Amino acid sequence: MIEIVNLHKSFGKNHVLRGVNLNVEKGESMVVIGGSGSGKSVLLKHIIGILKPDDGNVRIDGIDITALKENDLYEARKKFGMLFQMAALFDSMTVWENVGFSLLRSKKMIPTKVRSVATEKLRLVGLVGVEDLMPSELSGGMKKRVGLARAIAHEPEILLYDEPTTGLDPIMADAINDLIIEMKQRLQVTSVAITHDMSSAYKIADRIAMLYEGKIVGTGTPEEIKNTQNALIRQFVTGSAVGPITIEGVQYEKSFNRT
Amino acid sequence: MLRLIELVGKTIIRFSEELGRLLILFFAAIKQLIHPPLEVKNTFKQMLEIGVRSLPVVLITAIFTGMVFALQTFTGFKRFGAEALVGTVVALSMTRELGPVLTGLIVAGRAGAAMAAELGTMRVTEQIDALETLATNPVKYLVVPRFIAGLFMLPALAIVADITGIVGGYIVTVGLFETSSIAYWKRTWDYLEVGDIINGLIKAGFFGASISLISSYKGFYTRGGAEGVGKATTGAVVLSSMTILISDYFLSVWLFK
Repeated sequence: MIEIVNLHKSFGKNHVLRGVNLNVEKGESMVVIGGSGSGKSVLLKHIIGILKPDDGNVRIDGIDITALKENDLYEARKKFGMLFQMAALFDSMTVWENVGFSLLRSKKMIPTKVRSVATEKLRLVGLVGVEDLMPSELSGGMKKRVGLARAIAHEPEILLYDEPTTGLDPIMADAINDLIIEMKQRLQVTSVAITHDMSSAYKIADRIAMLYEGKIVGTGTPEEIKNTQNALIRQFVTGSAVGPITIEGVQYEKSFNRT
Repeated sequence: MLRLIELVGKTIIRFSEELGRLLILFFAAIKQLIHPPLEVKNTFKQMLEIGVRSLPVVLITAIFTGMVFALQTFTGFKRFGAEALVGTVVALSMTRELGPVLTGLIVAGRAGAAMAAELGTMRVTEQIDALETLATNPVKYLVVPRFIAGLFMLPALAIVADITGIVGGYIVTVGLFETSSIAYWKRTWDYLEVGDIINGLIKAGFFGASISLISSYKGFYTRGGAEGVGKATTGAVVLSSMTILISDYFLSVWLFK
């Protein structure tokens, strides 16, 4: 279970998170939606302890991850797997070395065994025969799959997805959605995904939360979100440029506003 | 006037911020360095990159520097009849100054730039964050191997440069100006002390550690995509080179005075 309590974070004068409160139950798939630059990625990086909050805390199964010492934090991260927006594969290593990275480093397995585990994880995400390719030889969708295989290689309890469908064509994006659902069913993981792709959010979420101006402004099941009366959420999920959410640096003329 | 004060203040704040972060990275690296295990594979890879791959450039630079140095000294010293001292001058300058400093500048330009660009790219493509999520300390995995490699490979390159430079001097003095071969070596060995070589190598070690630390730092804190990587790379080379040239003076005062 993930409990985020009153999380604050600033970068210089930019107060990104202004008291985020959010609970994710065990086995639940939570999707955080919000505009570009709303601090979704920052929130995700706090859950896994890459960023330290200015105030508030994040508890994972009751343990406050923000208060851990360096070594304990690295230990605690073994519970997590994270898929990055651009996959963030290590480009100096082959695909299987990427997938088996954490296993190779823990030295509990001999490399040939790691390779067979990597092959198995790759098959799980729908990739066969790519073990010896370099990341630069892969397409965007394949990179994400390899990134996902790497994230699940050490059998984490919590999976974090940073904009899993961004930058993919609609078909590829939907394939990734199916994969995320499959991961949840097969591995019974708790997951947190951030996205601004609403079709993806509706598909993969048990619950959706919206982050706006550094706070969670509403949560609900996909059905509740679709039928919400909250003007902020409504504007976002219907994808309208006109409404209470203004786009920074853009001002609409009055005449335009009426149409 | 107020603006001037503001500008000075801003510069000082930025400088202290950079220095502070550099020192934090340095201490983090030292902390990881003394806590085993060491990243053996990565360390060897970096030693190969910094040491072996820099060797051809160091050899060429050192031999031509030795040669031109002998040429200029010979023709210059001839004016007051001291051309017999060419061997001594070449040996002392190579071991005390030119060996370490030239090697340092070459490595800063070659390996330092590569380090900053590689780590910078890893930062902007979130590979460094990915390391953290895979329970790997990026300072231990990326910075410490580079630090060790710089610390040990620079002295190794410098001693090669010392020898090559002296040979270069020999080629010109004996080959071109047809002086006695025995006299050249005698002049070299008579006045060269072990301390000259050792102190030169201490300087080289300091330069190597500085290059690795500065370049890693610049790469590690890269922001802003491809442009940021470019800036980090330039910054790494400029700051490393400046550090070498400035610290060289103070180290020389301390070691040789």
